Amino acid sequence: MSQTLLDKVWEAHTVRTLPNGSTQLLIGTHLIHEVTSPQAFGMLRDLGLKVLYPGRTFATVDHIVPTDEREEPFSDSLADDMIKALRKNCAESGVKFFDLPSGQQGIVHIVGPEQGITQPGTTIACGDSHTSTHGAFGAIAFGIGTSQVRDVLATQTMAIRKPKVRRINVNGKLSPGVYAKDVILHIIRQLGVNGGLGYAYEYGGTTFDAFTQEERMTVCNMSIEGGARVGYVNPDETTFAYLKGRPYAPKGAEWDAAVARWKSFASDPDAAYDDIITYNAEDIAPTVTWGINPGQAIFIGENVPLPANVPEKDRATAEEALAHMLLKGGQPIKGTKVDVAFLGSCTNGRLSDLTEVAKHIKGRKVHSGVKAIVVPGSQGVAALAESMGLAAIFKDAGFEWRGAGCSMCLGMNPDKLVGDQLCASSSNRNFKGRQGSPTGRTVLMSPLMVAAAAVTGEISDAREVFEVK
Amino acid sequence: MALEKITQVTGRGVFVPGDDIDTDRIIPARFMKCVTFDGLGEFTFADARSATKEEGKTHPLDDTRFAGASILLSGSNFGCGSSREHAPQALYRFGFRAIIAESFAEIFFGNSTTLGMPCVVMTSDDIRALAGIIESDPAALVTIDLLEGKVSAADMDFAASLPDHAKEALVSGRWDAIADLLEGLDDVRARAATLPYMAA
Ligand code: SF4
Repeated sequence: MSQTLLDKVWEAHTVRTLPNGSTQLLIGTHLIHEVTSPQAFGMLRDLGLKVLYPGRTFATVDHIVPTDEREEPFSDSLADDMIKALRKNCAESGVKFFDLPSGQQGIVHIVGPEQGITQPGTTIACGDSHTSTHGAFGAIAFGIGTSQVRDVLATQTMAIRKPKVRRINVNGKLSPGVYAKDVILHIIRQLGVNGGLGYAYEYGGTTFDAFTQEERMTVCNMSIEGGARVGYVNPDETTFAYLKGRPYAPKGAEWDAAVARWKSFASDPDAAYDDIITYNAEDIAPTVTWGINPGQAIFIGENVPLPANVPEKDRATAEEALAHMLLKGGQPIKGTKVDVAFLGSCTNGRLSDLTEVAKHIKGRKVHSGVKAIVVPGSQGVAALAESMGLAAIFKDAGFEWRGAGCSMCLGMNPDKLVGDQLCASSSNRNFKGRQGSPTGRTVLMSPLMVAAAAVTGEISDAREVFEVK
Repeated sequence: MALEKITQVTGRGVFVPGDDIDTDRIIPARFMKCVTFDGLGEFTFADARSATKEEGKTHPLDDTRFAGASILLSGSNFGCGSSREHAPQALYRFGFRAIIAESFAEIFFGNSTTLGMPCVVMTSDDIRALAGIIESDPAALVTIDLLEGKVSAADMDFAASLPDHAKEALVSGRWDAIADLLEGLDDVRARAATLPYMAA
């Protein structure tokens, strides 16, 4: 036995090899949301097909939901059309919908794990690139396009080629004030935004062994930003403990059988990898982006690179990035004025993110020049945070406490940057126009760094602002 | 479902220079609030186009010399970013039938192939040379020959490639997988029956 988890899951889910050589892969769990599913349901109707396994399809609404005025009809009629279309499609096909009034709505990549739907050794697909998040449980999880959403709805399978596997080890203990977010930003910076093309990333090493499930999710979430469509961590006791007792997790005697099965999917100790890379946790500092893709990142103490010093192939993009970000090569990133602080998204909108920040901002105040918002990743996260008193801490500090959704991660709802505002953001993408304004500027960072920016009004080292030791 | 066999694409070209052109750039997220893809085409590159206009310049997609072009040329890592099919759909509905770039992001590549819109790779020097031909004669016809692995325009031939599996899918008319997938439904049910979590 010398197989990776990917090999084993692939084998267990292979239906057959298609005439063009790709695999017809069974997708055990299909997650859908309002942006990429209505067109797929439309295509299904055009073809006269039905949802094959409605019981293995789960829906939520996240991208377009307002986070302040959540009563329907939404003031944005297009958004209103989308939620109604999803509701209707789910009702007609018998798909479970974690709808707004359910108390279980949230970002699809937060709801799946929270409900215990995301399980080890399974295949998961969703019409959203950050589906790699679910790999934190030892699932093989793909972001897919709308045509593939149609394929999975109609056949519970998709045509796909097996990726290669790159093992990424991180060993050691992260310094105080350094988080999972910094780890993945560092990996993407090192390997590049294309470095993972054709690969699945298997994350491991002692740093990952010690990570909580939520930290693992933060890393897996951004695999796609490094070009890897799939990212995963082998399942272990941390994974099982997280899942135990969740609504969709196996119960009773089934639980023990499931755990035994889940364990068997973990990569064998002598598994063969196509590539292996190792980093030291001690070498990683709080990381922020300075450009327009997540690979354009530096440690907080570093200066923005001079285009002349970046490899020639990246130079044009670096220049374009500086022009868009209104930054100069050679200047420190620290001290850059911030207009908006956004704490949320499927990368860092979980309870542990909010708990960590609340611990440090208690008694502090958001800078007068900053609009700071907290958007819990799900209604479940929001309810817990409220009952634990976190919401009150945020509100006292001057943060707006919002309802669950994607919000300013991509500005498809009313939460958008205005003009060339600069946003300190705990999300995963700093593409031009990503946060709703074509000239808006995004700086990605960990939740605590977002809080530091909110409090000081500029990009700051959270370790200094909050005296993290 | 019989699909067209795509062996060649011929049309006029337009060059949109730049590396890492991401899906949000191709179709900004705020234009994706739709329950069908109809009408998406006109918002292709919307922000880049309006920003260029504000600078008093003309974006290639608004340049009347290139109006009606059906082959898009660009730089490396084209289509990176989101898995949303809105980006290839927007390009397709804008009128593009093929894309030439130095490299493509994986999900974008797959989504485009499924639409029957080939994404072929050329070297950056060749793309520049081809862009030069188009610039000097916007009416020049560009032909992408998938079987021969070449792109020709104005008596010039350039080597062009795409992975075998995508080529095979396009030229044999199997670029949309659904027909093949539906044929395997009995095997799907049999496979699902072996997985305890599928029974739940
Ligand atoms: S939070 Fe952002 S990245 Fe995550 S699913 Fe929503 S829009 Fe996509």
